[in-house]
Amino acid sequence: MAGSSEYTGVDFYDMDSLLSEEERAVRDTVRQWVTEALIPVIGPAYIEGRFPKELIAGMAELGLFGANLPEEYGCAGLNNVAYGLIMQELERGDSGIRSFASVQGALVMYPIHAFGSEEQKQYWLPRLASGEEIGCFGLTEPDFGSNPGGMITTARETADGWVLNGTKMWITNGSQATVAIVWAKTGAIDDPKSVRGFIVPTSTPGFTGKDQHGKLSLRASDTSELHLQDVHVPKDALLPHSGGMKSPLKCLTQARYGIAWGGVGAAMACYDEARRYAMNRVMFDRPIAATQLQQERLAEMLTEITKGQLLSLQLGRLKDRGTMTPQQVSLAKRNNVNMACEVAREARRLLGANGILIEYHSMRHLANLESVYTYEGTHDMHSLILGQEITGIAAY
Amino acid sequence: MKIAVCIRRVPDTTAKITIAGGGTAIDPAGVKFVINPYDEFAVEAAIALKEAAGAGETVTIALGDDSVQETIRTTLAMGIDRAVHLQGTGSADGLATARVLADHLRGGGYDLILFGKLAVDDYGQQVGPMVAELLELPCATAITALEVADGSATVEREIEGGTEVATCPLPAVLTCDKGLNTPRLPGLKGIMAAKKKPLEVVPVEAAAGQATIVSLALPPERPAGRIVGEGAAAVPALIEALTSEAKVL
Repeated sequence: MAGSSEYTGVDFYDMDSLLSEEERAVRDTVRQWVTEALIPVIGPAYIEGRFPKELIAGMAELGLFGANLPEEYGCAGLNNVAYGLIMQELERGDSGIRSFASVQGALVMYPIHAFGSEEQKQYWLPRLASGEEIGCFGLTEPDFGSNPGGMITTARETADGWVLNGTKMWITNGSQATVAIVWAKTGAIDDPKSVRGFIVPTSTPGFTGKDQHGKLSLRASDTSELHLQDVHVPKDALLPHSGGMKSPLKCLTQARYGIAWGGVGAAMACYDEARRYAMNRVMFDRPIAATQLQQERLAEMLTEITKGQLLSLQLGRLKDRGTMTPQQVSLAKRNNVNMACEVAREARRLLGANGILIEYHSMRHLANLESVYTYEGTHDMHSLILGQEITGIAAY
Repeated sequence: MKIAVCIRRVPDTTAKITIAGGGTAIDPAGVKFVINPYDEFAVEAAIALKEAAGAGETVTIALGDDSVQETIRTTLAMGIDRAVHLQGTGSADGLATARVLADHLRGGGYDLILFGKLAVDDYGQQVGPMVAELLELPCATAITALEVADGSATVEREIEGGTEVATCPLPAVLTCDKGLNTPRLPGLKGIMAAKKKPLEVVPVEAAAGQATIVSLALPPERPAGRIVGEGAAAVPALIEALTSEAKVL
């Protein structure tokens, strides 16, 4: 399995034979783009704590944003397995860059496509696909993370539109977004059924987004707080087909689906780095790959990655068939991201002292994955979702 | 302007190659096949010329078994308009392959016929110039720059210690080298569109070649690298090794 210096993925079970020609072509294109465009800039951007904006145009040109949405709206019209492979390959580069694409596609374009009017779809989707508009998704609040239904952001109807008030937190792309999908209660504050979605251009007076500083994870990604103070939007800012908490939760299912694939991509990157390092690093006059401890590490990584690959692929086939359940997504997100955390940690340890340097990737992935473990439904919340699925009893 | 791009499907340069039983061919099992990297320069040149002109037609032509259609679709995904699959067995003899291609290209009305300067699977470097000869067209090999204007092509070629500029009237056959351009990645919409573009299959009978492969051998395995130390402290040991062992200093 030793080979050239170029990244060629991890495929111990001939997963390629389970993919169509088109799915492989999509995967190969994104893999090559990550190698050529993303990898060279990610280390410095991470250290500087800067989202590499220069990558947006390239991602848009390849058609990565909302790639599983229809061609009539300027999207690529891919199936969900191909979409998942895009997320896998992006996260091979960096979880923050994958997060950017997840938010743009699954949390901004998806709700407009699923809950928007035809006019909203025709106006917004092509602009978001081309990267002309950058979106963010405002659901989580400072005191409402795992329990978003408790949100206190409100939307009050006026004669000519809506007035939004509230604060959103942990919002990826928040400070650079030109448009936000904001979820707010249109009825009583204890009525989660009154939650509706709004398309809010971030230039609207009263809207401010500011970076959250001091992050030790996802440093190449913007994470922001959104403040909405008497933000007036017209009537057609409302997503007409949104209604209740199930609408934002459907968006999260889309994003989590991509994350289940992304986790595998990050794990593949770490395993690949660890394997190469073990083959080349000589200690006690032989490569450390010749030691049983490191071989056990690598064997464990390869095993867990292979299991995760099969999991995400079958999840994708279920999604394409239209039978995928949110609980199945929970299982894959929970397993694959946790697996990626473990693989990244072991890879970093195998790399010894070098493993703490930015020129290697495993520790960056490890730090990123702690966020991925926590966002889009924490690992623990997914345990409880599965627990409820198994027993019929909600424990949260 | 009508441009033909002749491509070949080759093993990925990162693939681990084993030689099949019989010793005259590689074992394709588990090997990823890709478009010949030099052919990508030809594909990019064709697409860019058409884009610059705002009109014209680009056609991919490939000889091989049905597996070559996947490689053909890569070029359609990059932006080539349509393709012809010359369905038959490729030959180790460049002339046999060139004859099949020339027979198809003759009368096709092409202004430019582009090739990679060589295919990385056999390094033959024969087919492009042979097609030019068979069609009695001018040929420039291993071009690193190309301009087309007023019915003629002006090319640059890297020669020992300098650059040669040459010109010839169209139609012409050109083979493309690294440096000519940066091939684009096939975008996702392109990949989806490739399925819908015309791909004509033409069964062909290749003449028996006169040259045959007698045997293939892998290069001897390179010995493992050695880390002589780290940081500035490694410099004396490195100089010693480069002087007395590698003898490059």
